[in-house]
Amino acid sequence: MENFAYVNAAEVEQVPSLLGDDWNETKIIAGGTDLLGELKEYIETPKKVVNLKSIPGLNEIKADAAGLTIGALVTLSDIAAHPTIQHHYTVLAEAAESVASPQIRNAGTLGGNLCQRPRCWYYRSPDIICLKKGGDTCYAVEGLNKYHAIFGGGPVYIVHPSDTAPALIALGATVKIVGPNGERAMPLEDFFVLPDVNPQRENVLEPNEVLTEVHVPQPKAGTKSTYLKVRERASFDFALSSVAAHFEMNGGTCSKASIVLGGVAPIPWRSKEAEAALNGKRITDAVAKQAGEAAVANAEPMTDNGYKVPLTRNIISRATMSLA
Amino acid sequence: MASWGRPEDSRLIGKRVQRLSGADKVTGKAKYTFDINRPGMLYGHILRSPVAHATITHIDLSEAESLPGVKAAIPLIEPGKRVRFEGQEIAAVAAITDDIAREALRFIQFDYDELDYVVEMEDAKEAGAPQIRDDWKGNQSETQVDERGDIEAGFAEAAVEVEATYHTPVQTHVCLETHGHVAEWEGDNLTVWASTQAVFGTRQNLAQHFELPENQVRVITEHMGGGFGSKFGPGVEGVAAAKLARQAGAPVKLMLTRKDEHLASGNRPSMTQKVRAGAAQDGRFVAYDMSGYGTGGIGSGADFTGPYVYHVPNYRTEKSAVAINAGSARAMRAPGHPQGAFAMDSLMDELAEQLGMDPLEFRRINSDSDPRRNKIRQAEYTLGAQEIGWHRRNRVSGSGTGPKKRGIGMGCGLWGGGGWAGTQARVTIHPSGVVEAVTGTQDIGTGIRTVIAIIVAEELGLRPEDITVKIGDTAPGLSAYGSGGSQTIGSVAPVIKTAAMAAKRKLFGHIAPLVEADPGNLRAVGGRIRSESDLRMSIPWKEATGYLGMETISEGGEWDENLRVGDTAGVQFAEVEVDTETGLVKVIKIVAIQDCGLVVNRLTTESQINGAVIMGLGYALLEERIMDDQTGKMINANLGDYKVPGAMDIPEIKSIAYDTDRKITGIGEPPTIPTAGAIANAVYNAIGVRIRELPITPDKVLNALG
Ligand SMILES: Cc1cc2nc3c(=O)[nH]c(=O)nc-3n(C[C@@H](O)[C@@H](O)[C@H](O)COP(=O)(O)OP(=O)(O)OC[C@H]3O[C@@H](n4cnc5c(N)ncnc54)[C@H](O)[C@@H]3O)c2cc1C
Ligand code: SF4
Repeated sequence: MENFAYVNAAEVEQVPSLLGDDWNETKIIAGGTDLLGELKEYIETPKKVVNLKSIPGLNEIKADAAGLTIGALVTLSDIAAHPTIQHHYTVLAEAAESVASPQIRNAGTLGGNLCQRPRCWYYRSPDIICLKKGGDTCYAVEGLNKYHAIFGGGPVYIVHPSDTAPALIALGATVKIVGPNGERAMPLEDFFVLPDVNPQRENVLEPNEVLTEVHVPQPKAGTKSTYLKVRERASFDFALSSVAAHFEMNGGTCSKASIVLGGVAPIPWRSKEAEAALNGKRITDAVAKQAGEAAVANAEPMTDNGYKVPLTRNIISRATMSLA
Repeated sequence: MASWGRPEDSRLIGKRVQRLSGADKVTGKAKYTFDINRPGMLYGHILRSPVAHATITHIDLSEAESLPGVKAAIPLIEPGKRVRFEGQEIAAVAAITDDIAREALRFIQFDYDELDYVVEMEDAKEAGAPQIRDDWKGNQSETQVDERGDIEAGFAEAAVEVEATYHTPVQTHVCLETHGHVAEWEGDNLTVWASTQAVFGTRQNLAQHFELPENQVRVITEHMGGGFGSKFGPGVEGVAAAKLARQAGAPVKLMLTRKDEHLASGNRPSMTQKVRAGAAQDGRFVAYDMSGYGTGGIGSGADFTGPYVYHVPNYRTEKSAVAINAGSARAMRAPGHPQGAFAMDSLMDELAEQLGMDPLEFRRINSDSDPRRNKIRQAEYTLGAQEIGWHRRNRVSGSGTGPKKRGIGMGCGLWGGGGWAGTQARVTIHPSGVVEAVTGTQDIGTGIRTVIAIIVAEELGLRPEDITVKIGDTAPGLSAYGSGGSQTIGSVAPVIKTAAMAAKRKLFGHIAPLVEADPGNLRAVGGRIRSESDLRMSIPWKEATGYLGMETISEGGEWDENLRVGDTAGVQFAEVEVDTETGLVKVIKIVAIQDCGLVVNRLTTESQINGAVIMGLGYALLEERIMDDQTGKMINANLGDYKVPGAMDIPEIKSIAYDTDRKITGIGEPPTIPTAGAIANAVYNAIGVRIRELPITPDKVLNALG
């Protein structure tokens, strides 16, 4: 990696000015499990790295009647092991537990998980300059796209790698962002942006902004949720496809469904079609099947990733039935 | 004639003995090459070609050399020469830290004229494809034809026929410790700590390269983190380390990065084979017509086995290799066999199904033309079928209900592994009672160090930990072969055994008159020397060796052919669960039965079988070098995208080290051969759709299920 200055931020308010307004100059480091890989491979060559771990208070989980507040520095293992989260926000605990390996979950933070960069193998190859890195070609289009997007692709076809993001969106989470002009908050769903908006970024953050906190509203009584992830290698792997399902239930009937998919689109992909197939329905095999079918009806597979269509369809049905 | 004696007389041989280096390894005390640090040592790194095919026109090291902390820089290719794969060596640097050395690579200026490249076998075979090897016409080697019997008569006799095409991918070795060396000069004497399977081979190679007498080069490999066939010489990187060290006047450690390792340190070639085969109504395998090829990258060979294991009287095979712009193949754990076995065992199941015959029965009828192996194999079939519960197998493949379907399958393998004459070893008994066993072999993780201790301890009535085993060093001048071909134990054990026998004889001869006993009546047992004829005569080992006074006993050994045997047979059974909704294949259990001749250390033998099965499982389900046609690059040259099995991917493995003889044989390689075929057949039995291409990943399963 190239040499860089290392700065410990003392408080959140200081971060925007430490960061400055050039993506290439400065990078935030939290757990470092993603960033260090990028630095070592010369994917990123910042002049300065700003450490967030020196800021007190960002690593707390608060659970009360208003819901859940999770600081950006909370580790994935802490989320997975938290009894309240396991019990009332099951989809999040399961998603956090499904990330990578125990070592990475111990170091990796929630903020880093939401802001991590794509895993596309062209992007991660140091001397391939694809669209995402400012070049003019997306190599995945004509190339090896087994792990790429079946929804929302173009002009780049990455899939968003985060496991916690689909879960949090399904739970209706909002995020807090601190920038030079103070704080802003938004639904996590609006945080992520499709590549046709900005092919080089995956979210709305400006170079001088930092994500500080995630808030999750308390689920209504009788809510059920689960995260189902399919990966090639059981020991640690990104999702080929995953589904975060969160149902508000009224007896055996689903009054409001949230279905958010991972591993299939450049952003966590809410399937309005699947939700429509479930809302107001009694959950049966047939309904679960319809939800899966509806979700993939408009999928646009590439040359090597057609398998993600039946895969995604099937796991939506399976996740649905597991909540029946 | 020496023998290993009767099982009931063995205290140690065939028992479970902890690896002598086990505690050191788990506590981090064991020093691998990666851990060697010498005073004033520098760190080396290699600049590699970013493109698949180019002519190098210019290399300028000056900017890199002037970087603070850089102490040496050398070119590794001459301008005007071609690089023929991504990752080929261009230059190397040594610097005071690892980071500076890596950074310095970016300051090496080099220019090249890019040439057309080809990374797909099918494209490389086309007329007009870029020429890769100077010694071939086109990119395909001459076809080797092998024929036996009368193939037409065979097909005429066949009641059923199968035609199929099978593929296996390029697999890389993924040694946990990457290739590398620490090189240190003292005048014209070179000492190299090497992560190698062959200390003597490496010494010879370095001596030739630097035009030194061999006794001025010393190679040391105390502990070693895996080679699997890829570490038989210093390679470009070992020579570079020594050159850098000489230029800098300081020791240099040069270990490959994981990416270097994937690109340039060898691999198992791929295989594509088209086969037509027939069986007679009564179950005899009568005809086999196969043509196939594989790629060893820029390397020349891509051989694979076929026909394999099973007897077929009439066959014709055509095999060739195809060159592409990718890193060269090297020997890899049972070269050629896992490829051939996967295809052969898949074919056997396909034929059996056509006949409406149980695939195990079909194998029994056609099993192995070698009588020794056949006898063992038939017994292994019975044992394995029992262990896996063969009767639970789906009679009709794919007939299970529910989305998760179970299936059972099997596969076979064979290997040599009987060792060679020529290893030099000594067993030394010191007056203090210390016993040393010295030879030039190396422990590449297989446990030969412990095996040597067991054999000497058994002979001298001591405990394995009482024996000081000195291996992995050329300095004593007792040469041994590189550890390959599963030949190590068969080569080393007989020599160690006869050396220990000779040393004991000498000791008995020396002390017999002093204790007034007949040397023929003396026995070494339980840490004492006793007399058979005089029960009062029993003295501790150290008291006995004390009688040597100033004299040390040191005896060499002979390779006694009767102490070893080759030609082993192995059979494996797999049970899998295929999730037909996700395409995931989960291996539930593997039963691996390996003919081991005489088992010396049951614990490490089982470890070898476990490791080999895990490697076979990776080959079956996960591993594949993926080349990108648009860029000429290996797109998954890391351990995230090149997937090897982790703990959660490993099923219950029932490793059965099957004693079939009182003669020793090596089994480092054979247990990796049958695994992929067994898993592929189990997948078929589960889902009723055949996948003829490894690795069997969810996309392939879902596509096959439609
Ligand atoms: C082998 C391996 C396997 C993996 N498997 C998975 C997986 O299965 N699922 C999955 O979801 N992830 C996986 N990951 C990605 C893993 O890095 C993340 O899950 C982890 O949570 C990142 O957190 P971190 O704190 O280490 O992030 P860092 O590496 O510190 O940061 C990641 C990125 O986010 C930015 N960043 C960090 N914090 C903030 C913040 N508060 N505000 C703004 N920007 C910020 C950084 O600048 C950087 O670009 C894997 C990683 C590896 C190396
Ligand atoms: S998918 Fe994105 S990251 Fe991958 S090659 Fe295309 S532009 Fe680059």
